[in-house]
Amino acid sequence: MRSIVSAEDISYTYPQDENQASPAALEHVDIKIEKGEFVAVLGHNGSGKSTFAKHLNAILLPSGGAVYIDNMDTRDQSLLLAIRSRCGMVFQNPDNQLVATVVDEDVAFAPENMGLPPEEIRRRVDACLETVGMTEYRDRAPHMLSGGQKQRIAIAGVLAMEPSILVMDEPTAMLDPSGRREVMSAVLKLNREKGITVVLITHHMDEAAMAQRVIVMSRGKVALEGTPKEVFSKVDEIKSLSLLPPQTVELLWRLDKKGYSLPLDRLSVSECADTLEAFLKAKD
Amino acid sequence: MLKDITLGQFFPGKSAIHRLDPRTKIICVMAFVVSIFVSSSFLGYGISFAFLGVCIKISGISPKTVLKSLKPLIFILIFTGILNMLYTPGRELASFWIFTITAEGIRNAVFMILRIVLLIASTSMLTYTTSPIALTDALERLLSPLKKLKVPVHEFAMMMTIALRFIPTLIEETDKIMSAQKARGADFDSGSLMDRAKALVPILVPLFVSAFRRADELATAMECRLYHGGEGRTRLNTTVMTSLDFRAFVLVGLICLASCLSGRVVSF
Repeated sequence: MRSIVSAEDISYTYPQDENQASPAALEHVDIKIEKGEFVAVLGHNGSGKSTFAKHLNAILLPSGGAVYIDNMDTRDQSLLLAIRSRCGMVFQNPDNQLVATVVDEDVAFAPENMGLPPEEIRRRVDACLETVGMTEYRDRAPHMLSGGQKQRIAIAGVLAMEPSILVMDEPTAMLDPSGRREVMSAVLKLNREKGITVVLITHHMDEAAMAQRVIVMSRGKVALEGTPKEVFSKVDEIKSLSLLPPQTVELLWRLDKKGYSLPLDRLSVSECADTLEAFLKAKD
Repeated sequence: MLKDITLGQFFPGKSAIHRLDPRTKIICVMAFVVSIFVSSSFLGYGISFAFLGVCIKISGISPKTVLKSLKPLIFILIFTGILNMLYTPGRELASFWIFTITAEGIRNAVFMILRIVLLIASTSMLTYTTSPIALTDALERLLSPLKKLKVPVHEFAMMMTIALRFIPTLIEETDKIMSAQKARGADFDSGSLMDRAKALVPILVPLFVSAFRRADELATAMECRLYHGGEGRTRLNTTVMTSLDFRAFVLVGLICLASCLSGRVVSF
């Protein structure tokens, strides 16, 4: 039995000019994601993390290896719609994902494409707007909403397909801090309450820290993998991949460099404060 | 400043006219427009005007707004009026230099002006009481028989919807680009017409580039949401014709007939 998302030894090279050798965007990447998991994929620009995301619902097809979504091969054209409805995708710019001039109708876009009866579409639209907490904005025009609200509408629009996997390609990159919080709490809720498998592509460490598993990519390969605590305590390796660890880890790491020996795997501010407090008390 | 542009001029409401199926409204307006061009008597125009007045009253839209829609046309109205007055052959009333005014000319001029006023006022009523998106949907459904002739009706409707969706977004973007160019010393408000037209190039180029990028991303997002053309697509809000629509058809039909035939009953 395969995992719900199973990328098996995939490689991909973007097509380029004939006489120019282009570097591979993905090289022998092997990633399995289980049902209900929340996985964050981290990486520097050009690390291949977005390319990987685009493989999960057949926007890109691997040039080597294979991707299976719920046991369906993404290379099989006849399964395209089934794969895309199983694996929803949210992009970076909320403005460029919304199709209709009214929030309601935008959320209805995917179920309309599925050819569902109007009553079922209505039910899904209501349920999805409720899930992302945007019910009161149902009659608004998308351009009147804030970035965070627009992104939540985009998420609702994807949820309306009732997917079991949600792939998000830097969904908060264009949002202000309050918009980021809105979107992240919606995502966490989906994962915890609805059991939706979430694959979050991001370059924010604090967002990745909320995940159950973190995969760090670099130059088209998986560089590090593990729970957030495991990954982020490898500070030297993270820095060598030109990423910055969460601020709490950075603080403890710097103290360690001064000769103290503190544990590094404290990702939240309160955990970090407790550790420091305990340390100071012990010293007295 | 660019944000002030209103689109389609839709005034939401709950009147009987608002509640009509958009398809009914389109057909009725078309029938009405045909009738005012067929009709050729003052009695006929009287009937049409009275009917339009009643419609405006029912819709709850202020007559002032409807009159405002005529304002940009004053020049065209006067121009057609004068041309008709001078260039219709018939019984001569007055003449000077190369111009002659005829009785038939005056009659034609008045008719032409009445027709244009009725045409604009009735079509404005359509856009005032129907949201642009409802209009697009209605057009798609009305024209759907043309799909058999391989006319891409669904694609046109989709293009309209996307255009309506992105106009505010692109206007906002234009504003941003203009501010950015102004901050770097661009001057849009002075110089000759040619200079000003040239000053628009640095706005249009980035705007086009970004529009193409948006189009690309939107297409991917639409595919990810299972868009595969109009085939097998259902709609969230499907309007159904009710007895209200039926009554509207009968009423408009009678009014149109009356205004067309009134010329045969009375001679003015």
